[in-house]
Amino acid sequence: MKKHVSVRISRRGFVAGTTALATSSLGFPSISGAQAAPVKVGMIHPVTGFVAYNGQQSRLGGTMAVEDVNKAGGIKSMGGVKLEALLGDSQSKVEVGVSEVEKMNEQGVAAYIGCFQSPVGIAASQAAAKYNTPFLIDVGASDLIVNRGLKNVFRLKPGFGVCVDDGIASLGALNKAANNVAKTAVIVHESGEFGTGTAKLLASKLPSIGITAKELIAHDNPTRNFDNIALRIRSLAPDIVMMSNYGNEYMLLARTLFQQKVNVAGFYSILGGGFNYKFVKDMPDVSQYMMDVNHWFNPKSAKAQELKKRVEAMGAFFTFEVYLTYSNVMLLADALEHAGSADKEKLTAALAASTYKADLLPYGPTKFVNGQNQGGRPAVMQSLKGDIEVIAPEEFASAKAVFPKPKFG
Amino acid sequence: MLDPAFLLAGVLNGLLAGGIYVLVAVGLTLIYGVLHIINFAHGSLLMLAMYAVFWLWRLVGIDPYAALPLVIAGSFAFGFVLYRLLIGRYNHGRDENILLITLGLSIVFDNAALLFFGGNTQTIDVPYAGTFVELGAAFLPLPKIISFVASLILCAALALYMALSDTGKAIRAVAKERQGARLVGIDVETVFAVSYGIGIACLGAAACLLMPTYYVTPSSGHAFVLVAFTIVVLGGMGSFVGAAVGGLVIGVTESLGGLFLGEQLGQIGISLIFILILLLKPTGLFGSKA
Repeated sequence: MKKHVSVRISRRGFVAGTTALATSSLGFPSISGAQAAPVKVGMIHPVTGFVAYNGQQSRLGGTMAVEDVNKAGGIKSMGGVKLEALLGDSQSKVEVGVSEVEKMNEQGVAAYIGCFQSPVGIAASQAAAKYNTPFLIDVGASDLIVNRGLKNVFRLKPGFGVCVDDGIASLGALNKAANNVAKTAVIVHESGEFGTGTAKLLASKLPSIGITAKELIAHDNPTRNFDNIALRIRSLAPDIVMMSNYGNEYMLLARTLFQQKVNVAGFYSILGGGFNYKFVKDMPDVSQYMMDVNHWFNPKSAKAQELKKRVEAMGAFFTFEVYLTYSNVMLLADALEHAGSADKEKLTAALAASTYKADLLPYGPTKFVNGQNQGGRPAVMQSLKGDIEVIAPEEFASAKAVFPKPKFG
Repeated sequence: MLDPAFLLAGVLNGLLAGGIYVLVAVGLTLIYGVLHIINFAHGSLLMLAMYAVFWLWRLVGIDPYAALPLVIAGSFAFGFVLYRLLIGRYNHGRDENILLITLGLSIVFDNAALLFFGGNTQTIDVPYAGTFVELGAAFLPLPKIISFVASLILCAALALYMALSDTGKAIRAVAKERQGARLVGIDVETVFAVSYGIGIACLGAAACLLMPTYYVTPSSGHAFVLVAFTIVVLGGMGSFVGAAVGGLVIGVTESLGGLFLGEQLGQIGISLIFILILLLKPTGLFGSKA
């Protein structure tokens, strides 16, 4: 009789494990017999600094994907050559991200994947452009990333422009169904490229659904205290509060709005960095009825469900960073198959012509225009009873939205 | 035009935030006052204390406020041992060495926390998190009120201890005249270790009071360090009363600045105070000349 043993891997084990994975089984393939040199993939993420958790999640997804590609026989058109992950830490800083590009270039990377933060992604991909090395943006919302005419930059996921457009359309539909209860909004955003760009776009497009942005409130990273912002919002008395910020600030703001009893028809974030399973599980009362427009896996994909189970078995959460970086490694592996070579020009051409179908994501076949995948779409989620439910688009919806939300007691 | 009711609410919010700043700053000013060094590991040690509070709650179910005696005692012991084993032993009698050691410790602690605890944001969801007191336009969360009151009580208790106890008198003697204290038989090295321990114990208390409303990550402690430095400069290096008054002033300044100028520009008030104090009264409000 087979005995199944469930193994939970601690965070400590994960850090040690991924490092060992990259430097041993992936980094130094068996030397028995002649073997082609592995294709080096530079993964640059902020695994330390203020968004370290997000970077670690990306690294987890990336290293799992490299392991899966190698287990499946490597790049077959190149004689089964393996992928080798070079792991870089941007430390949540632009200049460090760029220096990682330079270091990895010296080590002969075929392509880069990164960088979570838009400013780091912008600078790092520009540095990679000097060497014509393909740069796959796994997470990074700013549309500036793909609007600079750089031929080496590819983004599978949607940028904040698409997320805002889809988010606005979904909010408009929700509001219409609720007899246009919302007429005004306040937008709270982080002060960097991601938050500011998203907020400006939102403010310009909200009038198209009959909502006016009363004020855009910027905050730094990190912010110690959101009491004033909560007070400011209460003084402005909007119908909706919209947020666009990174994980810690998102969570702190949500908790402050709950504690300060800021009563509005809904909290609606675009790419809310903290809206994930952990937030909903740790703070079910605070998160209840909050909505977020964000990247999400295809709940009907068997591969996505299988990966989710594997990630959760390791004691980690299946956050968007995990499956986006995983999908980008798979996209790169697919492009290498088609190029039949790690030559940078051939690889860039294969990526530009890619029709890769990302199994985990609700995107359809890939089609890059100026480096941006045209099929990338976000989903709209809502926290309901300690879980995350998809409320739009309808074909993926798992629950009906609650809007307007009940008032705080 | 902002409703005056919101102005009052802003002041109250600022006072509550300032209460926590006071404890962080008192630890810093005590260490400076006695050892005459800036403790660069202050933010990292605050972070470690916050993790201690979090794990006590997660693993043993101890409420952050109930954990106060345990965390204060543990933090004191940690600070004392840290000074005895590392800082005191390897500074070779030079203040600049202490700076480098505490800076090095900060890097070690931050990365150790990342290795052992991961980069994930950890929070404590206490059952009374949503309870609040309504005062005009102000909705004052109960955890923040408790933290404010507890912080002031702890500061007053520490001030009394420093004024009345033999250890407190020895600490003040060493702070004032190191060589003289040694000549009258005070064990200066032990006083240094005790002072460092008390400074870190203040961080332990601040961690307990912060966690019901804040979060912890390996870098979260640093968010409070710059503001604590400003408070110490405003109140006067080494002054307890200065740290208390400075903490509340900075809290209110930050709050009103944020309310009127926006959260980003509002921080300018803190920097302005820092510059003005350095220009007009470099010893701070309650500091004495060296």
